[in-house]
Amino acid sequence: MVTARFDSAVMQNEVAYILHDEERLKSEIIRVRGNLAEMQVYEATVGLRIGEVVEFTGELLSAELGPGLLGQIFDGLQNPLPEIAQECGFFLQRGVYKKALSDTRTWDFTPVVKPGDRVRAGDRIGFVKENIFRHSCMVPFSLWGIFEIVSVEHAGPLTIRDVVAQIRDADNHIIPVYLAQDWPVKIPIRSYAEKLKPGEPLVTKMRLIDSLFPVARGGTYCIPGPFGAGKTVLQQLISRHSDVDIVVIAACGERAGEVVEILKTFPSIHDPRTGRPLSERTVIICNTSSMPVAARESSVYTAVTIAEYYRQMGLHVLLLADSTSRWAQAMREMSGRLEEIPGEEAFPAYLESRIASFYERAGMVRLYDGSTGSVTIGGTVSPAGGNFDEPVTQATLKVVGAFLGLSRSLSDARRYPAIDPLISWSKYPGIIDRKQKDRGHAVLRKGYDVAQMMKVVGEEGTALPDYVDYLKAEFFDFVYLQQNAFDIVDEATSRERQVYMFDVIFRILETEFSFPDKGTALHFFQQLRQLFKGWNSTSWQSREFEAAENEVRAFVSERSGAG
Amino acid sequence: MQKFYTRISQITGDVIVVEAENVGNTELAEVITRQGISLAQVIRLDGNKVSLQVFAGSRGISTGDRVRFLGHPMRISTGAHLLGRIFNGSGMPLDNGPALSENLVDISGPSMNPVKRLIPDKMIRTGIPMIDVFNSLVESQKIPIFSIAGEPYNELLARIAIQVEVDIIILGGMGMKHDDYLIFRDTLEEHGALSRSIVFMHTAADPVVECLLVPDLCLAVAENFALEGKRVLVLLTDMSNFCDALREMAITMQQIPSNRGYPGDLYSQLAARYEKAADFDGAGSITILSVTTMPGDDVTHPIPDNTGYITEGQFYLKNGAIEPFGSLSRLKQQVNGATRDDHRLIMDRMIQLYADYRETQEKQAMGFSMSAWDKKLLRYGKLFEEKMMSLLVNIPLEDALDLGWEILHECFSPEETGIRKSMIEKYWPHMYAGKTYAR
Ligand SMILES: Nc1ncnc2c1ncn2[C@@H]1O[C@H](COP(=O)(O)OP(=O)(O)O)[C@@H](O)[C@H]1O
Ligand SMILES: [Mg+2]
Repeated sequence: MVTARFDSAVMQNEVAYILHDEERLKSEIIRVRGNLAEMQVYEATVGLRIGEVVEFTGELLSAELGPGLLGQIFDGLQNPLPEIAQECGFFLQRGVYKKALSDTRTWDFTPVVKPGDRVRAGDRIGFVKENIFRHSCMVPFSLWGIFEIVSVEHAGPLTIRDVVAQIRDADNHIIPVYLAQDWPVKIPIRSYAEKLKPGEPLVTKMRLIDSLFPVARGGTYCIPGPFGAGKTVLQQLISRHSDVDIVVIAACGERAGEVVEILKTFPSIHDPRTGRPLSERTVIICNTSSMPVAARESSVYTAVTIAEYYRQMGLHVLLLADSTSRWAQAMREMSGRLEEIPGEEAFPAYLESRIASFYERAGMVRLYDGSTGSVTIGGTVSPAGGNFDEPVTQATLKVVGAFLGLSRSLSDARRYPAIDPLISWSKYPGIIDRKQKDRGHAVLRKGYDVAQMMKVVGEEGTALPDYVDYLKAEFFDFVYLQQNAFDIVDEATSRERQVYMFDVIFRILETEFSFPDKGTALHFFQQLRQLFKGWNSTSWQSREFEAAENEVRAFVSERSGAG
Repeated sequence: MQKFYTRISQITGDVIVVEAENVGNTELAEVITRQGISLAQVIRLDGNKVSLQVFAGSRGISTGDRVRFLGHPMRISTGAHLLGRIFNGSGMPLDNGPALSENLVDISGPSMNPVKRLIPDKMIRTGIPMIDVFNSLVESQKIPIFSIAGEPYNELLARIAIQVEVDIIILGGMGMKHDDYLIFRDTLEEHGALSRSIVFMHTAADPVVECLLVPDLCLAVAENFALEGKRVLVLLTDMSNFCDALREMAITMQQIPSNRGYPGDLYSQLAARYEKAADFDGAGSITILSVTTMPGDDVTHPIPDNTGYITEGQFYLKNGAIEPFGSLSRLKQQVNGATRDDHRLIMDRMIQLYADYRETQEKQAMGFSMSAWDKKLLRYGKLFEEKMMSLLVNIPLEDALDLGWEILHECFSPEETGIRKSMIEKYWPHMYAGKTYAR
């Protein structure tokens, strides 16, 4: 933290540069007292001296929004990391900042308005093609009121520096509109008609999520769990398979290696919906643990701003933040340096409201033109000691719509994904018929109760029907809830297949089997499980799929007597 | 022009405050006392009040002593001339060799650009099944041994270290006992690796600040070699002493602790060191193996907890064996898909069955009668512990996989294993009935 004396007006959260020898170090005012501005520096402060000059910009920290964001990898301040690597090599060099979008790249513009049309903030002037998307060029979100189009460019190639249209406000001022615009990251973009209630399921192809704890488009969810329980792997699977247009990944304060994995593999993984490389629908904001802490705090805001921007084009966007706890810790470090009165575990008192307002930026919105777009936010939480009873988890649970709690004992036993179905919940409607889903939950609960009871009275003290219920729960868990992330088929299950399989399993769970003894029951479910495992790794509706299904059906009907 | 400052206005813990001008943040200084010269580092600037952390501690510093600023942050000499040598936590020689001044680099250099990293993909074979089969170690991984006091963690660390095919080994000792140093020296010597090793040693008797510097010294030197294309292994033991040194410093600086006295930035501090492990695109690599002793065998203690959140897994050493639960290699999937097609299967199923065994064991301890299935599990668990978990076992990966099938075969019928048919057909040992497996 650096304190600077100023003599003209400064603004809270204004960006300032500290001039040190040849370097300009970006920072942000986070508190003003008298004529002293206290600033968090987005860089290491090595070598800074008393008496250095500070340059105030009068601007809030902003993101540059325009075509060219997709496929990019930025740091928390939206510097493109590949370009920095080109200039600086292996290491991040302090004070080197690059423009987020290319000034010289041209985009094929097509206008959709004509002179005389009336528009307001967020309305579409035209579009360019960015990968498979129609990237809208919009009236700046920062403008208020109704404007008249004075002129608009003809169809043709433009750069983000070219004026695409001129608009006139009520006072006859002419305002130029460009392909790109800036927006302060800590303020939500609100150029839409209304915010809708999230209701449509967002299919992730993770069975445990879609079938039992669904996520909704425009909704929010969190994944708390101790280290190593599978938060990051789960988020990566979701980023690959989710039924959304665009994915924004905020790698916030965790391992750089995990980002590299996404970065290097996404160009060669194809999105089955579009046949295009995943990288073309992904934006990565990467402020990993050894990068400056202050920029880590900003990174989640940069990410959500980019997500909102694409939402304004009527697209469905998924924002994945891993981990929100590192963001909260960045706030804690800043707060500590400001010597603010600490709350629980030294987190600042405003932790809860910051978390709430971050998740509040999710939503399904109806735009002025009647189309809808959405931002769904999923954040991991890394609770200290794996104990959910801590400030970040608790504040998050208050605001999210779905809670996917990971458990150490499940991951230790290699039962992946290690989402504990007994503590998780979701407020959203899903893809499975309500009755079947409730039955699934009931079976799991019953299985757990019997398992607990068996710990007290032993297996021989447990009645056969109870024991069978326990075996059913184990079976359900094994063949449906567990999903092998490293099997190319099992890794992702389509909505149709989930509905189909759940129905088959539902029937098995509903069947009254008559076993002579526990040993026979155990053996039956072990065999059934093995058949299902084989079935799970056949591709949907292939010949092998049918063969495996027939085998399962024959096996079950044999045992259930009548068939 | 070198200027001396003599106005030392405050001495608390190992931090002194001196009035001076034109001083840079984190700059190094020399404090000239009656006992000699001690290095110190700027940790805070407030107007003309400069707070300095004195490496050798503040004992014996008088308000009349002189301070001279050196105009640069802490540096260390790097290069091949360090090989075979041993230094303390200030980078001063502990052997009879000369002090170093060539090719100096700042010890806390900038962070690596993530896009210049490669995806790690070279498996390190250790001959220890609990690592090779269940939690494969990978070049450029950062992974600690979690251990309670009294376990042979340094022996294990040394044993793994000599398996790693690297060009250079750098050992950083924090609060290290001389006996432990000898374990490493003898092991390295026995395998002819001493001449390509470098040691930075801090003992419990040395100043706390030097403990904090050990990882940075090791990693700065390692990074320099890696940039020249060398594959470097860094051993850090015991990182818990590093964390406790951080806590001590934070308390001296009157920072608000977040958890059991540890500073709120413990995670970031650990990350700044561990994230130096990397496979450089177009150059060498740094692998970090460390030791984290767990106070009270409690993984939720802030030290192992924050460590586990940043490292790429951990080997959990308990009762003289690497525990299957609590141990994890986050990079295993980068390499275990390309070894043998039954590797992942054996890895998953054997652990799942071992988890069932542990439950059965609990039931047994409660005095419940054991079903036929329980008895199978008990047999399995015992075999698993004897043949796989024991640290005495030293066999190649492929033999360990065969051994896995053999154990399953000895205890279960094929469908009881839950393994899908196609793999059973390929690997189930009945086809070789009668044959005993060569170990
Ligand atoms: N769904 C899964 N399938 C198989 N292995 C998994 C799965 N999830 C996690 N793992 C294993 O656990 C390790 C840690 O998972 P990760 O998601 O990085 O944990 P976290 O982010 O919670 O610390 C992974 O590297 C992988 O080996
Ligand atoms: Mg993670």
